[in-house]
Amino acid sequence: MITKVTPHLSQNEVLLFERSSPGKKAYQLPELDVPAVDPAEALGTGNVRSEIPGFPEVSEVEAIRHFTRLSTWNYAIDYGMYPLGSCTMKYNPRINELVARTEGLAWAHPYQPDALAQGCMEVMACVEAALIEITGMDAVTLQPAAGAHGELTGILLIRAFLQKRGNPRKKILIPDSAHGTNPATAAIAGYTVENIPSSSTGVLDLGVLERSVDRDVAALMVTNPNTLGVFEDNIMQASEILHNKGAMLYMDGANMNALVGIARPGDFGVDVMHLNLHKTFSTPHGGGGPGAGPVAVKKALEPFLPVPRLRRAGKKWAYDYKRKHSIGRVKAFYGNFGVLVRALAYILAHGGPGLRNATVDAVLNAVYIRKHLEPYYELPYSQLNMHEVVFSDHRQTQAGVHTGDIAKRLIDYGFHPYTVSFPLIVHGALMIEPTETEGKRELDHFIDAMISIAKEVESDPQLVKTAPHGTRTSRVDEVTAARKPILRWKPA
Amino acid sequence: MRYLPKSDSERRQMLEACGVSSPEELFSHLPEAVRLKRPLELAPGISEYEIVQYFRDRAAENANGHACFLGAGVYNHYRPVLVDTVVSRGEFLTSYTPYQAEIAQGTLTSIFEFQTMICQLTGMDVANASMYDGSTAVPEAAMMAGRATGRNRVVIARTVHPEYREVLHTYARHQGMPVEEFGYLPETGTIDLEDLERKLDDLTAAVIVQSPNFFGIVDQVKAAAEIAHRRGALLIVVFTEAVSLGILEPPADADIVAGELQSFAISPSYGGPYAGIIATREKFMRQVPGRLVGQTVDSRGKRAFCLTLSTREQHIRREKATSNICTNQALIALMATVFMTVYGKQGLRELAAQNLAKAHYLAATITPRFSGPFFNEFVTTVEGRPPDEVNKFLLKKKIIGGLPLGRFYPELADCMLLCATEMSKRADMDLVAQALVPAASGRVPAEEVAL
Repeated sequence: MITKVTPHLSQNEVLLFERSSPGKKAYQLPELDVPAVDPAEALGTGNVRSEIPGFPEVSEVEAIRHFTRLSTWNYAIDYGMYPLGSCTMKYNPRINELVARTEGLAWAHPYQPDALAQGCMEVMACVEAALIEITGMDAVTLQPAAGAHGELTGILLIRAFLQKRGNPRKKILIPDSAHGTNPATAAIAGYTVENIPSSSTGVLDLGVLERSVDRDVAALMVTNPNTLGVFEDNIMQASEILHNKGAMLYMDGANMNALVGIARPGDFGVDVMHLNLHKTFSTPHGGGGPGAGPVAVKKALEPFLPVPRLRRAGKKWAYDYKRKHSIGRVKAFYGNFGVLVRALAYILAHGGPGLRNATVDAVLNAVYIRKHLEPYYELPYSQLNMHEVVFSDHRQTQAGVHTGDIAKRLIDYGFHPYTVSFPLIVHGALMIEPTETEGKRELDHFIDAMISIAKEVESDPQLVKTAPHGTRTSRVDEVTAARKPILRWKPA
Repeated sequence: MRYLPKSDSERRQMLEACGVSSPEELFSHLPEAVRLKRPLELAPGISEYEIVQYFRDRAAENANGHACFLGAGVYNHYRPVLVDTVVSRGEFLTSYTPYQAEIAQGTLTSIFEFQTMICQLTGMDVANASMYDGSTAVPEAAMMAGRATGRNRVVIARTVHPEYREVLHTYARHQGMPVEEFGYLPETGTIDLEDLERKLDDLTAAVIVQSPNFFGIVDQVKAAAEIAHRRGALLIVVFTEAVSLGILEPPADADIVAGELQSFAISPSYGGPYAGIIATREKFMRQVPGRLVGQTVDSRGKRAFCLTLSTREQHIRREKATSNICTNQALIALMATVFMTVYGKQGLRELAAQNLAKAHYLAATITPRFSGPFFNEFVTTVEGRPPDEVNKFLLKKKIIGGLPLGRFYPELADCMLLCATEMSKRADMDLVAQALVPAASGRVPAEEVAL
């Protein structure tokens, strides 16, 4: 039975361009206090446009209603549990939003003199220091704009380090359980990708690794805990195998939410890693960005970090622009500062003990879900999991129902789906990550919903296969969207 | 802890249900050697009030209440109230990338509107759902041109934002993508077309120019397009000041437009987060990096939107993807969407006209270094003393002056880049103009310039 949600009316709304009519305004500029300039004269006739064809014209009330109506068509963490595995959809504290808008921070221009940016620089220094302590690494760059951008930075660092030692090497090893960004990143950094199979228990296979690492291998990219939510318990041996052959260990920190305060990559043999501040450190996903992807490294890689580097100059903060081994810049300015502010607010709110407690609760929640759903869904890998748990649709496919169908049916029960069909090593995966910010009540609702769907699969598979039923938009035809792409509005 | 919703008794019940006697047992399978055996050396958590105070204190160590004449890729424009009202809604703020279209139509519809407005502004056929920022959009555009032409060399104008060029060099270095720069004319500040001709060859995938360029000057896009196309290269046009598109002819001769939307209600925030764009012609649609939203129908035949053409992307194509980009800058792109909606067709034009008027007022008594037409920023030579000295003088009047250019252009070490927007007050502009008149501020005694 569906108990968590009740259908209610939602407003229809047309596109801005369809709502638009000439002469409507939602703005008023101040009276110009200097003489007006003739655009054609100042810019040259050929350089001035007549108008922006099709650009909307709406009133302020229509604008606010437009976006408010649209907003109600979204599901969000603020509505309820958002168990997307690997995405760490935890509560986004509102204090983070408030402090990021503090006037002297939000309006700081990246080129204002360092003497007038000491507060920003201090914030960045504090974020660096906290991330160093949390990861057990030696140095951090805050410049990368997102996780994948951090990966690219990290692999470029490895390349620069190896290059200086004489040979950048050719290959990056990537387990078959990895995120798609890992191989894409390796390719962009100029490496070929060698996918290595996981062991029968879903973790790194040391035998395979041993055989795969040769003098052409620059690094292994590994996510730990891996995408099954399982801790790679051979990680230190893996690191040793790599180091013995002069290769490096890169860790994708996407799942750091399982480790904060419990174990530190710097202590288990990782050379380079990135963090997703929009996952572990609670900065909002915002419908798909902005993120921030700081990269943490061991001392040997520090000289290669992007410029500029923060440094202490007497009692002040300053930037070092001239570092001869640096890989250069990966982004203009210093990083997604506004995201860093939010992450620091989160770290300050939790403090050291609180961060560890968050990890414990994140793992407890995932284990609790596993315990309750194990009788209903196939668990392809039986090792103890950490912050997320991966089932398969093996039992449900007997009735012709797939993970994607169960996910859509979950929507009717008032939840966002889990991650569908990932990791690739699990056929028909259901990847569930509750995060620590779900209470027992919400988890119990979720478990009840999943059990109820498992029963529906047996009693009425069609109901599940055609879900969702309660949403204002029913199943979307993605095939037609790709076959005949319409990527912008045009007047009829 | 206030972000952890469980009571102690609930936690105990859950542990019990899991058959675990203590929280520590949840981690008992981790090898002993990997475990951290001490608490993190981070202070205990603090209250909301203390957090607010902490950041207010940090803000107080920055510039506060200063008038600012810096541009150079980051502009002080007014942020309409509606922008934060909309992006503060939890439905936009706390949702994920819209993979589940049935419960993400809000985000998807707004991105479709964003893509449409970016096309209207730039004169292109297709725009993606946004990039990290302008600086990373440039190498992504260059790689895209490489894929589209089957060539690998890139030629970029020295008048493109220096930090954007640095980012391009970082990306290109390891991809077998040689990058060469071409110069500008010292009189006009526009690209040197002859130098461009010299540097172009038949292996060149793209020519990259910026307009308005880093010096604020409306550059020779048409001429660059002709030269590039004659040699079979694509033209990539970069912009950093999106407000200029309210009044300037769109770069319709470009094959790819790569730009930065910070001007559209995205606070300067010390350099990010911003949102970049890539827009292009229809024929290059399948080479576009990043997310794209497309129109379709749901099973009841109603118009709906979804992420599309994802076979370009990393989660499907892995190492063969067009880019490693996973996300876009959805919330920031939404800020820009609301901004464009609030100003609309007339407002963006009027806003651009005000910027033009303010900058030309500022320039009236200061001689611009270059003769090319400028939008809202321009380069000026500081006579008789280093640009920093003028800035120190202005700081005493709570004015942050222009950007000294020596750091990026050694040949312009005696110059600064000044920007005026609709936010610049006439009285402040008068002070800047006075300070730049050679004799007016004179030499400032050292003790007076100390901050």
